[in-house]
Parts: sequence; structure tokens; C-alpha cells
Amino acid sequence: MSERKVAVLGVGMHPWGKWGKNFVEYGVAAARAALADAGIAWKDVQFVAGGDTIRNGYPGFIAGATVAQALGWSGAQVTSCYGACASGSQAVSVARAHILAGNCDVALVVGADTTPKGFFAPQAGERGTDPDWLRFRLLGATNPVYFALYARRRMALYGATDRDFAKVKVKNARHGLENPYARYRKLVTEEEVLASPMVSDPLRLLEICATSDGGAALVLTSMAYARKHATDPVTISAVSTVTPRYPSTVIEMPNFATDSAAAVPPPPVAFRDSITAAAYAQAGIGPEDVDVAEVYDLSSALELDWYENIGLCPAGDAEKLLNDGVTTIGGRVPVNPSGGLSCFGEAIPAQAIAQVCELTWQLRGQATGRQVERAKVGVTVNQGLFGHGSSVVVQR
Amino acid sequence: MKTKVSALDGWFDANPERPRLIGSRCGSCRSYFFPKETFACRNPSCGSAELADVALSATGTLWSYTDNHYQPPAPYVSPEPFVPYAIAAVELADEKMVVLGQVAHGVATADLKVGMRMELVAETLYSDDAKEYLVWKWTPAARSASPARSRS
Ligand SMILES: [Zn+2]
Repeated sequence: MSERKVAVLGVGMHPWGKWGKNFVEYGVAAARAALADAGIAWKDVQFVAGGDTIRNGYPGFIAGATVAQALGWSGAQVTSCYGACASGSQAVSVARAHILAGNCDVALVVGADTTPKGFFAPQAGERGTDPDWLRFRLLGATNPVYFALYARRRMALYGATDRDFAKVKVKNARHGLENPYARYRKLVTEEEVLASPMVSDPLRLLEICATSDGGAALVLTSMAYARKHATDPVTISAVSTVTPRYPSTVIEMPNFATDSAAAVPPPPVAFRDSITAAAYAQAGIGPEDVDVAEVYDLSSALELDWYENIGLCPAGDAEKLLNDGVTTIGGRVPVNPSGGLSCFGEAIPAQAIAQVCELTWQLRGQATGRQVERAKVGVTVNQGLFGHGSSVVVQR
Repeated sequence: MKTKVSALDGWFDANPERPRLIGSRCGSCRSYFFPKETFACRNPSCGSAELADVALSATGTLWSYTDNHYQPPAPYVSPEPFVPYAIAAVELADEKMVVLGQVAHGVATADLKVGMRMELVAETLYSDDAKEYLVWKWTPAARSASPARSRS
């Protein structure tokens, strides 16, 4: 294959919040914003890839077509992808593959969600063979329970403290303060984080990401098309959608148990380490080349795990990286300059797309109030329920 | 007295004297699975259909733990008012796998430490007019020798 890159000609978002509107409205707003940013008319889009939402009925299961119809049927080819929290990068991956295969020059990637209040609950009904139903029934194991198990493990293995976790929240709150798309834009102190109610020990309310409404979209094009319509566009040089290798020995939501390593030794690279490793290999770069990262901070503590999983530091050194200011804007490799899930809350099918929007603004120098200086290489990482790895490398 | 039954048939032997998780083991590559695999071994180099039920180790090492201070949504069946509970992830030595479970009633996170020895017990998860539904839970192994402590 001659060219492995696609161009990001346009990005757009609908602000995150709890707006209570139909998810389609957020998707359309984000799509229109991305098209305007690219200077491309909707009717010139040849392929639409939607990230699905499973909480909004049938239109959510076919999100690509739903948004295409709302924008006005134009005859474009369409797909709709579901990969839980990684749905957005599944859509990016399919759109990119169609462009690289020569099937189209211009693709729209879009994801949007309207979420209910409170904890994510499983789909309704008596479903005794669905682990996502059973973990609530038999264990009362909410999502924060899994995040808290990782957090406690970090404390036991590496001596992480409540204060370290609180500092992640403080950092992200400061990063997202000026982001017009963020839902929570308020500085917090370590003391305020530590005084917020305990949800699942050791994680407190301000350290666990909320669920939000929101929408995000990208206009991706072939490099040949981009050269005619833009100068020096941001490009996507890698998309990783890897699954775990057997035996996967870290307990993953919504499972009751890990795989057994009794008969087969664990793989040399664990699942979460393999997600960006695959993306770096595709892009022909290493973690030392990364200038800025957007990672999936479902909890404050989980952000620290990601520092290690994406290769910013060896296992056990994340607290030092944080405390040395390396991952704060102004540091060597800022993490979550957008404010992350901490400031956004999770709008599932939009979130992995929003990560790419943020890195695109960062690489263009358009991230007002949160700009990472001289960023040339950005990486996103995310993970969806049931083994969906997700990472995108963005370069300029 | 209400009849005591397993909250989910086939997942564990709720014998109160000697509760055990029921997993499966591949007859070909000897991998363990929990919950049971019913039709094929998930080792990608194996795939055998020769799977047999096996009782998993009833003791293990605490890998991590947490608790729930807020009532989870349905289908969790909560007492009224909600009673917070701890959850443990326990590593089984022979099976080389980590299995989740609620922690026995009355044991709080302050009583737990990563690396400590844990053992399986059967406790009521919820009940209706006729039956008590039992589930497996983890508890610090030392507790089995002495009567259960109350944290009231
Ligand atoms: Zn096998």
C-alpha cells in the first residue's frame, strides 16, 4: 500500500452536558460543525460511519444512517459501529479503511449520545447468560467498582495515595477550564476532591467520570483529496482496534473472572499495553515521540495506569510523572489537555471521536486556553467493554 | 424456615459447610474457566469441546478490593435501606485466575489488605417469601476459625 495516512480535514463537537435532547440533534450539530471546519458540503460526503448508542432505541443501533437521514439522504454509503466505549474509534477505523482502499475520498465519522442519570445499568429483562446483567445481579458490581479495584491494586503495588489520585482530578479540572465543549468547567482543590463522598473505596465522587450527552464528528479524506483542499492538514497515521490475547489476566468489566493462566502463560504484552503498542507500530513511532495524549480517565486513578500502558513511563512511575508536572500543560507530554472525562463525563459513542477532535485542535494550534506548545504527534487511548482496544495516532 | 437455594444454578455449590465455585476445565489443554464454558475451550490454540465441570479452589489471595457506598441499579436486589458491602478480587493459586465476589456481611474494607488469604463462604444475597437465594462471597481466611464478628 502506497499511502497509509488519511487527513483530518474537519472536526466538530456539540458541547457535553445533560441537555436531555434527542441524541440525533447532537450528532447533526457536530457533523455540521466538522463539515464547516473542513469547508466541505454534506452532499460531497461519500461515506458515513456512525458510532452506535444502545440507550436510544433503534435509531441508536444504526447511528450512521440516523444521522445521514437527519442531514438529508444524499446517497452516501453508510456503516454503524458498536464497540462500547470504543465505538467511535471503530467508526474511525472503518472510514479510514474505506478511504485507504480507494472506496471513497471523503468520509464523515460521527457519534452522539443521550444518557440517563446515575450509574450505567445493564439492558432490562431477565438475562441469566449476559455477564453485564449478572454482575449487577450477583455482585452489585457497578462500573466504579471495577475502577476502584484497579485503584486499590495501584496503591498496594506502587504506593499510590489518595492525594495522588486527587491531583489527577485537580490537573484535569485546570486543563478543561477554558474548553468550550467541556461539561464541568470549575477548578477544584485536592481538599475538595478528598472531601467529596466516597463512592467505591478509594475512589470519591469527584474522581469518577459522570455520564453525559454530547456529540463529536470528523471529516476524514484521502491524502490526494486533502492536497487539493488544504495545506498541511492533520493526519491519522494509525488506528488500533486490538482485542486481548489469551489468557487475559487482568479482571475486566463486566467479567466475573480473568482467564486462567494455568495452562498457557500470559502474553508478553498485556492487553492495555498492547493497545497503543499496535498503534505505534502502525505509525512507525514510539512512545518517546508523543507530544500530547488523550487517555480514558474513567477514574482519576485509571489515568495513572494509562501513563504506563501507553509507554510514557515504566510501571510504578506514573505518580512521579504526575507529581513532576510532566503530564500537565507546560510539561513534557501533557495528558488530557481537553480536561478528559473528568471535565466531560462520558458520552459513549462520541468519546473516542472527541479525543481525536481535541488532538486535531492541539496540533493545529487552535486549542485556546489549553494549548500544548509545538505538538506534532498525539495519541488517544480508550477501551470498550468486552475487549475493545482503541487508539488513534494523529500527526502533523 | 425458608428454603436456601443458589441465586444462579450451576455457578456454585451452595453447600453452607463447603461452598465451591463451579467452573469448567478443558480435557485437552487443562485450562480452567469461570463461569463455566459450555461448548468450546477458549484457548485459541485448543478449542476442544471436551469440557468438564470442576470445583475451583475455595481459598486464594486477595488481589484487590473495594466497596459500594451507593445502591446499585436493578437487577441488583437491595435490602431496604441499602446496606453497603465490600467486593473482593481473589487470585486462585492452582487455577491462576482472579475471581470476583462480594465480601461476607460485616467485613469492611478496613479489615482487608491486598495479599491476605481469603476463603469462600455462602451467604444470602436476597430473599423472597419462600426462599433465600445464596451467593458465594469471600471472607478473610482467619475468620473461619472464630465466630463471625459483628460490626454493628
Ligand atoms: Zn483447551
